Amino acid sequence: MSWIAAAARELVALFVDDGSLAIAVLAWVAVAVLAVPALPMDGGWLAIALFAGLALILVENLLRAARRKTRR
Amino acid sequence: MAMIGWAHAGPSVLAAFLASLVEFVEALTVVLAVGATRGWRSALGGTALGLLTLAILVIALGPALARIPLTLVQLMVGTLLLLFGLRWLRKAILRAAGIIPLHDELAAYRAETDLLSHSSLRMLAGWDTVAVAAAFKIVMLEGIEVVFIVIAIGAVSGLLVPAGLGAAAALLVVIALGIVLHRPLARIPENTLKFLVGVLLSAFGAFWVGEGAGLAWPGADWSILSLIAAFLALALAMVVLCRGRGAGMERSI
Repeated sequence: MSWIAAAARELVALFVDDGSLAIAVLAWVAVAVLAVPALPMDGGWLAIALFAGLALILVENLLRAARRKTRR
Repeated sequence: MAMIGWAHAGPSVLAAFLASLVEFVEALTVVLAVGATRGWRSALGGTALGLLTLAILVIALGPALARIPLTLVQLMVGTLLLLFGLRWLRKAILRAAGIIPLHDELAAYRAETDLLSHSSLRMLAGWDTVAVAAAFKIVMLEGIEVVFIVIAIGAVSGLLVPAGLGAAAALLVVIALGIVLHRPLARIPENTLKFLVGVLLSAFGAFWVGEGAGLAWPGADWSILSLIAAFLALALAMVVLCRGRGAGMERSI
């Protein structure tokens, strides 16, 4: 059964490298799906907000990684 | 399923080709190491077995996507593309900025060769099982990524055939280079490719999540090009910013 666990780990690793990035992306997608359409905003602006959130998540994650490197 | 025009077709084929090129180059390195140390018969046998298993997976799972409602597929595939694309983009930016070391195909080849030449010989019906298993595993591992990318990019936008052709073209290029050179393709600018693929997949992922969530992208399908430009500009800016913050390693994309 260990090869099944190993295969599952490999499969997860395709999508998740840094856990905090994956969690933040999933959380933002959940917000986009569940909460954002209920907001009284134009659809175009909501789409732009979706991109802006993803961009912020990536920027924060990269800056944190760079800070960790300089601390070492 | 809505027909998507050239705004999607070009980036779709390009993303499938480039992503597949990266994956096939990595698989070729290990298959070459297996062939050089344990013999070509078992190396090619493991490769063929891996390709056959992948084909069965695609045939079995591919049509299942068509039975799921479109918005759900868009959301599911979009989210997975985002996770996959942003993971590649993050790593490529950090490598380009010198925060983490670049992937070295020659070093990977040497490590694999060293490992395989020290493994004991176990024969089964004339096949070297260690060699078959090593070749099978790498073809499956890299191949599953290719299959995911092709299905994700192609199935949702109705461009499965062009995306598949992009991947097949990459396979032919890598096989041809492997036969001609007979050594790892160390000169392929792997991080630059991963950087571009990360940008493309992140853009597709964001687009499909938006579509699945019922958001209206300004410019409809053409917004995919704006998303690609926006992710590219952001990624390039982050390389500069992270390079300024990080220390050391000099090589860049």
